[in-house]
Amino acid sequence: MRHTWTAALAVAATLLTACSGGGETPGAANPAEKVTLTYANWSEDQAPAMEQIAAEFQKENPNITVKVQTLPWPEYWSTLQVGAAGGTAPDAFWMLADHFREYAKGGALIDLSDTVKTAGIDMTAYPKAVSDSYTYEGRIFALPKDFDTNGIWYNKALFDAAGVSYPDDTWGWQQVQDAAKKLTDKAKGVWGIAAPIDAQGGYYNTILQAGGSIIKPDGTASDFAGPEAVAGLKFWTDLQEAGSSPTLKQLSDTEAVSMFESQKVAMYFSGAYWALRFHNNADLKGKVDVAPLPQGVKRATVTSGIGNAGYAGSKHPEELKKFLAFLGGTKAAEIQAATGTVLPAYKGTQQPWLDAMPEFKLQVFLDAVDYSVPLPVAGNTAEWQGLAAQYLAPAWEGAKPVEEAAEEYQTAVDQVLAKQ
Amino acid sequence: MTSSVKSANRPGVGWALLFVAPATLGLVALYLWPFLSTLLKSFQDVPAFGPATYVGLDNYTELARDGAVWQAFGNSALYTAIVLLGVPLAVVLAALIEQAGRGRTVYRVLFFLPVVTLPVAIGMVWRFIYNGDFGLLNYVLSWFGIDGHYWVADPRFTIYAFAAVGIWMGLGINLIILGAGLQAIPKAVYEASALDGAGRMRQFFHITVPLLSPSIFFVTILTVIAALQMFDLIFIMLRSVNNTALADSKTIVYLFYEKAFVQFQQGYGAAVAIVLLIVIMIATALQFRLQRSWVFYG
Repeated sequence: MRHTWTAALAVAATLLTACSGGGETPGAANPAEKVTLTYANWSEDQAPAMEQIAAEFQKENPNITVKVQTLPWPEYWSTLQVGAAGGTAPDAFWMLADHFREYAKGGALIDLSDTVKTAGIDMTAYPKAVSDSYTYEGRIFALPKDFDTNGIWYNKALFDAAGVSYPDDTWGWQQVQDAAKKLTDKAKGVWGIAAPIDAQGGYYNTILQAGGSIIKPDGTASDFAGPEAVAGLKFWTDLQEAGSSPTLKQLSDTEAVSMFESQKVAMYFSGAYWALRFHNNADLKGKVDVAPLPQGVKRATVTSGIGNAGYAGSKHPEELKKFLAFLGGTKAAEIQAATGTVLPAYKGTQQPWLDAMPEFKLQVFLDAVDYSVPLPVAGNTAEWQGLAAQYLAPAWEGAKPVEEAAEEYQTAVDQVLAKQ
Repeated sequence: MTSSVKSANRPGVGWALLFVAPATLGLVALYLWPFLSTLLKSFQDVPAFGPATYVGLDNYTELARDGAVWQAFGNSALYTAIVLLGVPLAVVLAALIEQAGRGRTVYRVLFFLPVVTLPVAIGMVWRFIYNGDFGLLNYVLSWFGIDGHYWVADPRFTIYAFAAVGIWMGLGINLIILGAGLQAIPKAVYEASALDGAGRMRQFFHITVPLLSPSIFFVTILTVIAALQMFDLIFIMLRSVNNTALADSKTIVYLFYEKAFVQFQQGYGAAVAIVLLIVIMIATALQFRLQRSWVFYG
């Protein structure tokens, strides 16, 4: 028997080494060498603009080919993480603030601090809230691609039908509650507003508007149960209780944005990133506009933006840095703006975006920068954010007082934060 | 038995090795190696990137205290129990199809279609069928004056809703296995029993079921393993949309996915996977133990 095993192992060993013999040799820094970079994103809506940016870059750098990969959102992060851990990640990819820290801490991202200096990139050209969220221990690991703030998307046709005046910058919380109630017509299957358990478009904003902080400044504990935070959460549970929104179950079956697009809800608090989708939806032609978020104790909106980051294990680091610098520059920003894709992060390049969809008062999102607050991140953000639905759903469904649900959620979040 | 004698007697060893090499390598690379590295990781704290640290049994003790893990095992157990009801259903259907004569092939194709359909597509279609406001199921129920539910948005119903799809998805393959088993039963046995005055029901319970029991056993084993590994339905029906029922409807494999790939806790995820492996092993061993009392190897 022994011989059989030795022979088998020998065969196995030969084949394995033969397999791993190829590849792996890092590309020499020969500038004329033909190089292919991959660039991953998660948005079908934005893919055409990304292709256009890649083509523009290729024009300037004929030796570099950029392949744009569009992954479905539910798989994006697991694919990226496995790729980064296993050495097969795309060269360049979109990053989000709440995932960024884990990648930067783990050394998965290429350091762009020197590139910023040598390429003369002006970091003040980006909204500070966004560029700050891609800095880790003083080093820059991603350049802001776009940014978004929140507003009230509303359906003018439904407002007209109910005889309610459109939202504007004078609106406070009470106006939203009152309008939502008046707009609701259960017989027609129309609700005034969508009130899902949505952090970024929803309760983060109202908590901040009530004067709350979400995560305490030192990042070691959360504040979901303080009086301001509870007030911010109540804004949404009140809407649920009044029946002014589809129930949580309905919003689980059919996403809030789909409800808005099928004209079942009149108001939807969300980001600038839907503009292109609403603009392209023929059914919504002339019916949709946007207004600033209502004022609570003060004005506030969370802001965040996608960053373009690179994989530290890329075989072509020099070409990759060049590409990332291009992505962070004015040309890439202008393409995004002119195609109406998103609100580009680069200062002074936003006008074409506003002009691309003149039917919406998109200036609302730019004005909101003045009172915007970075999206809260601390510890393993993905983990504690993932707990929100479980803890907050009873409050949304009226099965538990908001104070109690908030207290329990805060405890759970603090436990996650304590692990760091 | 010296080696010279052995090699002289078996001149084809080299060839034999060459022929098994592809399968063996595949097994080593795709099963053995991942298994060993998962086992190793389950004793480590593995951040998303960067070096892992050995933590002994920490992952397992944390897991035992984690309510989410117990809930997920409970959900998986409930799901498995319901999907097992599909086995007797498949036995009855297989026997009926066997009687169907010329229409047999048509039935087989109809039942087999879900097996060759992408689970993702199945999940999408069923999500629409189950939709509380616009779904087909509630629409049909309304004909009978029944008020439907939010089948995949209400945690009280999600597992049952998944299990119904699970039964339907597994039916095709079960019917093929059981159909093959049925054809192996000698016709003479049925003829003899008919002469003795046995009716159709009697034949089913006293001939078909006992003589089919090895196939039934095999189907049961496969069903339990597949049910304990359920992931795709929940991923498509709950995660891809922002469904609040997800928190209470996680299966054990979904929890593993979430820990390892969403929350960057690969060590903890690996421990969940190892526990699942042990549970599957115990469940299978138990079934082999139990089969002695009911499986009949003619």
